[in-house]
Amino acid sequence: MNSHIFFIGLRRLRGPLILMVVIFATAIAGLVLIPGVDADGREWHMSFSQALYFMSYTATTIGFGEIPYEFTDPQRLWVTGMIFGSVIGWAYLVASLLALARDQGFRGAVTAARFARAVRGMREPFYLICGFGETGRLVGRALDRLGYRFTVIDIDRARIQELSIMNLAQDAPAMVADARFPDNLVAAGLQASECAGVLALTNNEQANLAVAMSVRLLNPHTPVLARAMSDDIIANMDSFDTDHVINPFARFGQYFALALHSPGSYRLISWLTGLPGTTLEQETAPPHGHWLVCGYGRFGCEVVDALREESMQVCVIDPEDVRISGAKTVKGIGTEAEPLIEAGVRDAVGIVAGTDDDITNLSIAVTARELNENLFTVVRQNLQANRALFEAFDADITVVSTEIAANECLTLIRTPRLTNFLAVVREKESAWAEQAIVRLQAALGQPSPEIWSVSISPAGAPALHRSIKYEGCKFSLGDLSRNPASRDDRLDMVALNLTRDGKSDAFPDDDSTLESGDQILYAGTSRARRAQWPLLRNLNVCYYVVSGVDPSGGWIWQQFRRKASGG
Amino acid sequence: MNLEKVIFGFFIVLAATLNFGFVYGEIANPEHHHQWEFFAALVVNIIATVLKFGDRTQVGAIHLATSLVAVLQLTTAALVWFFAAPGADGILSEHAVVSIVSLSAGALLANIVSVIILIVETTMQRR
Repeated sequence: MNSHIFFIGLRRLRGPLILMVVIFATAIAGLVLIPGVDADGREWHMSFSQALYFMSYTATTIGFGEIPYEFTDPQRLWVTGMIFGSVIGWAYLVASLLALARDQGFRGAVTAARFARAVRGMREPFYLICGFGETGRLVGRALDRLGYRFTVIDIDRARIQELSIMNLAQDAPAMVADARFPDNLVAAGLQASECAGVLALTNNEQANLAVAMSVRLLNPHTPVLARAMSDDIIANMDSFDTDHVINPFARFGQYFALALHSPGSYRLISWLTGLPGTTLEQETAPPHGHWLVCGYGRFGCEVVDALREESMQVCVIDPEDVRISGAKTVKGIGTEAEPLIEAGVRDAVGIVAGTDDDITNLSIAVTARELNENLFTVVRQNLQANRALFEAFDADITVVSTEIAANECLTLIRTPRLTNFLAVVREKESAWAEQAIVRLQAALGQPSPEIWSVSISPAGAPALHRSIKYEGCKFSLGDLSRNPASRDDRLDMVALNLTRDGKSDAFPDDDSTLESGDQILYAGTSRARRAQWPLLRNLNVCYYVVSGVDPSGGWIWQQFRRKASGG
Repeated sequence: MNLEKVIFGFFIVLAATLNFGFVYGEIANPEHHHQWEFFAALVVNIIATVLKFGDRTQVGAIHLATSLVAVLQLTTAALVWFFAAPGADGILSEHAVVSIVSLSAGALLANIVSVIILIVETTMQRR
């Protein structure tokens, strides 16, 4: 690829290069032919090497003077002509070089080659993000903060430029390219063995579908996460085993139903899956009763389904004539009082402003709040740019579809095992979840915890696995949260789930004895995670944590100690 | 007929003929090897090389390779010429002439290969 650029460059410079060769050859020939006079007045001819030297410094306008003897008039006449010729040739060559460097096509080739080289240089697992819109940016920033690397392709030059001024800890190679073409995906590292996953997050569903398909065919073992909202595209993606189809509206619908059904579980889940840096929200349990939904698009559909699943009374306000069996509909936008009053806003408990226009949504919510100040407001925010407005309005729930999609991507990337635990949480009662929140909060504080899993296997925890399986050490679950530096201290972490032989146990007991093959899911601070690391990998640390004796040192030292303790 | 092809063929063949003309003669006799012919051969070889830049086909790559070999050989010969001190009569020693001519003969071989490729390429094109 790089030599390819080199040859493109040479090809473009053929003309000026040949001109330079011809000018030099003519000048040298003339200088050698025209007789000069040496210091003693004898006739003298320049040699080829002298002429080449003279022309080199004259053509480049350096000008060391007339060497080795002063020139005669015929020589000077020839040199005058050659100076003009060679300087023009030289200027032409430099101008062609500059034109080449500014040429769009050539620069495109250089950028592509640089991108491909940067991708090839990635020596650690990375994710390929297709589409760097709002969701892509959120995911990218969070991945960077979590220490993962990623590459980006996006069709929009402005977005790629935005990436270059983002404050990232690690360099993220990016290229302006259409993700629908498999070649671009391959250039972005699809077939690299380090490619840990592909995220198709463009705002074009067809493009996401094309990406998912390319990944399936070109690198079947790489997981692919694709965003899609329309039913036929989702069905199409499912038909060839796309690992995860991310549909933010449907996901919100599920969450909303959960929040109505079991507010505690909803709170726990949104805390555990929060982007790094989010904190535990105040309790926001949507009330039961009569609900208004403004805007019956893809989002409104999901919300209405969720509300009716929890057997709420729903009234839909939409500018189109929609018919929903079993629900009242009012024609209108909802930004004015009449349709809201007609839909029964005075007796309603909540309103969902779910059109695809941010200002309309805010206007609906403000009007509705004026008519009934106890309303529970759910507002859909479409653009990240309007964040300040939504923060000022302070709805009970602000739905940002890009954040939901980003959250889901990150949850799947960081801790695939968390999804099993979340499924358990969804089934539980609100009281159980509230208890869990209190327990986690006491141990970990307000910010969203880091989630990680430990598997007691030769790969996941070599030292721990060895001491349990072959050396007969008895580890209780509580031992794993001892601080390897001083075993009586506890690390800030809580075991969420213990999976053994396919059965999982939420919030397992600290006294349960660990066995080889166990999978433990932890929530904790990142400091605790780092502190736990040596316990999993270092046999000496294992002995210390389980027994309180530090067996560090080499073989000789251990022999000494054995002698001393044996008598 | 394509003017680019004419110029291309012209320079390749001229590079080979000039080179041959210089090498032809008794290897150790300075009278048989004229320095102007050497100069012309070197310049034409450089031009032929530049003309071959940028062709990304397999044949183009071999073309460029042969020319680069020829230029390398001739440049080495030029350096030998430069460093070989001429005797009192301004004539090079027999030893220097032999190495200059044999280096140029190497370049001639590369140029012949280049001409052969040109012929093969032409016959392969049935147009």
